[in-house]
Amino acid sequence: MNLLYAIFIDPFVQMGGAPDLLVQTLWEGLVAGVLYALIALGFVLIFKASGVFNFAQGIMVVFAALTLVGLHEKGVPAFLALAMTIAVMYGLAFAVERLMLRPLVNQPDIILFMATFGLTYFLIGLGELVFGGNPKVMIADALFLPKGAIEFKFAGGFVSLQKIDIAAAVIASIMVVALATFFQVTRIGRALRAVADSHKAALSVGISLEQIWVIVWFAAGVVALTTGIMWGARSEVSFSLQIVSLKALPVLILGGFTSIPGAIVGGLIIGIGEKIGEFYWGPLLGSGIESWLAYFIALVFLLFRPQGLFGEKIIERI
Amino acid sequence: MKKTSIVAVALCAAIAATTAMPVVPASAQEQIYVPLFTYRTGPFSGSGIPIAEGMHDYLEMLNQRDGGIGGVKLAIEECETGYDTKKGIECYESVKNKKPVVVNPWSTGITLPLIARASVDKVPVLSMAYGLSASAVGDVFPWVFNPPATYWDGLSMILSYIGGKEGGLEKLKGKTLGYIYLDAGFGKEPIPLFQQFAKDYGFNLKLYPVAATEMQNQSAQWLNVRRDRPDYMVLYGWGALNPTAIKEAARVNFPMDKFVSIWWPGEDDARSAGAAAKGFKMLNWHAVGADFPFIQDIKKHVTDKNLTQTDKTHIGALLYNRGVYNSMLIAEAIRTAQGLTGKKAVSGEDVRRGLESLDVSPARLKEIGMAGFTDPLKLTCSDHNGHLPAFMQEWDGAKWVKISDPIKPMMDKVGPLLADAAKEYVEKNTGWPKRTEACDKSS
Repeated sequence: MNLLYAIFIDPFVQMGGAPDLLVQTLWEGLVAGVLYALIALGFVLIFKASGVFNFAQGIMVVFAALTLVGLHEKGVPAFLALAMTIAVMYGLAFAVERLMLRPLVNQPDIILFMATFGLTYFLIGLGELVFGGNPKVMIADALFLPKGAIEFKFAGGFVSLQKIDIAAAVIASIMVVALATFFQVTRIGRALRAVADSHKAALSVGISLEQIWVIVWFAAGVVALTTGIMWGARSEVSFSLQIVSLKALPVLILGGFTSIPGAIVGGLIIGIGEKIGEFYWGPLLGSGIESWLAYFIALVFLLFRPQGLFGEKIIERI
Repeated sequence: MKKTSIVAVALCAAIAATTAMPVVPASAQEQIYVPLFTYRTGPFSGSGIPIAEGMHDYLEMLNQRDGGIGGVKLAIEECETGYDTKKGIECYESVKNKKPVVVNPWSTGITLPLIARASVDKVPVLSMAYGLSASAVGDVFPWVFNPPATYWDGLSMILSYIGGKEGGLEKLKGKTLGYIYLDAGFGKEPIPLFQQFAKDYGFNLKLYPVAATEMQNQSAQWLNVRRDRPDYMVLYGWGALNPTAIKEAARVNFPMDKFVSIWWPGEDDARSAGAAAKGFKMLNWHAVGADFPFIQDIKKHVTDKNLTQTDKTHIGALLYNRGVYNSMLIAEAIRTAQGLTGKKAVSGEDVRRGLESLDVSPARLKEIGMAGFTDPLKLTCSDHNGHLPAFMQEWDGAKWVKISDPIKPMMDKVGPLLADAAKEYVEKNTGWPKRTEACDKSS
């Protein structure tokens, strides 16, 4: 009986008893969720264009952030370093298309997937070789990112919103809307969707696969850079950010691998779900459930919608 | 044969020849092989790099300045573990046939599986202030050494300090202490003792585990801290966990002067949280800084000659000096082993004896340029740890400042528990061999 109370009643009593903590938890979940959504978006863009699950998206987050901080450490002014990092991500996209994707055209998806594993280890090695393995502090001040917190009283308690988190949420939201608009409205966006539907059909109407691949890998690189800046400012720029990036996996399971709205909604559900779960139900299980709760939430959704929330239902003739 | 085929065959032959070539050259008989398990890459590299640098540079300095130890050069070889237990075991397997005189796993997770292998392979394991606390009991673990203090000692010192702040340990009754830790072998190690202390002194213990995958994503755990309002927080973290924990503590307005850590956070961990980290505390047992003769020798013989990949800004930093301390123990154990056996090129079995007879006296510390750097240490056949006192230091916003006298571990509490834990280990590991190694007179 006590257990049932602890599972089904007590968490809601706590929510009602301390609404400030509930709002704080929701906020933390929202911020994490937006960042998860951003990472997942990088995966979705590439998957839509090439059918490749890009395992290297996580290390691209680290690589982009390291490049930015590393260039600044070498004396490059912050905004020039930012521009140069964007250029580096374009160079990476170009190189990936030329050296990895193009030679593997028409190979089974699993080959391309394995190639992204190779890319991951290459970028780890390159990053460590050029910038070293030391964690670095994100150049938040130089980029004029806000610091400090806004605290306000709420329901007898207080809610604290870190300004960097507000900035992360705003920038990530703008980015998500901009990318969604770009790929929904523009000619390149339509070409991308055509490629996603069928490579052969897209080729037959004159769409350049190579160009589309470079564009989506570049877009994924810019998304990675944004994520790296925001998450790096919250913690530090280190290779462990790559592990955080894997949180995008349950987001993708939930939202579907091909849906931009799915990545956004999935990110928010996972972000808020894991924080609420850890905070209100975690202590029942000895805490530290966040690491697997996201996957559990995604699996529960899968039971009802195997294609994810917004994924396309694949019907194959057998 | 086509040209490409010839190139391919030549390449394969070259790779085969390289693979077959022993890493330790033929003159290895005249060398003492010291593998260093390090992690300069991966999620824990922030902690691993300065330690690897310190370990390497001290041993290299002995090679350059003294021609090794007792006239025998040290063959230093690093193996990258990435703080990953699987890779650590691979490292061990790759070095064990090269007759290492000691291995330093630098991870509690890697240390635990090596405990059983050490006696079989005759390779002593030096887990300096980490690993299985119970392995301090030399009668049960003759091949494992964890000086100068165990994680249990560390926890008892932290509690002593907190008790002192509150006016006595009995004043902890009814208070709440939070424990945030890496949810791995290392972080779990002191929990049984913490629970025992909670029972003995009547405080509430709240556990906040952080999985390795969530090191940079701790906001939910710190919201729990905000809700539970512990009077003190104790940290056993590593890698990216430490700077994130300090930042998160500041975010939830946890008073930094009540946030106390075991001896692992480095300067960068505190620095990354900015001014908010001021007041953060940790245990330590050696000095920070470069104003010691041994550091000057490292600069003169190693770093100034570019015989290392060390970032010169790390020299004298806390974790760099920690790595040096680790290598000092290795070197002194080898020197002691040479004295005991009369051999120059000592083996793992000899160095095990050297570790058991280790006596880093004040005079010896002065000789090796470490006077004032750390306290003397003496190990024995039955005590493989030393249980040295540590002091509390505080981050003042720019550097660590010593703020306490040496705090002794509560051996009246920890000692019996260590003995019980060693006994329990033997019971759980059926067939655990009884000690057959004789004790030297000096140990």
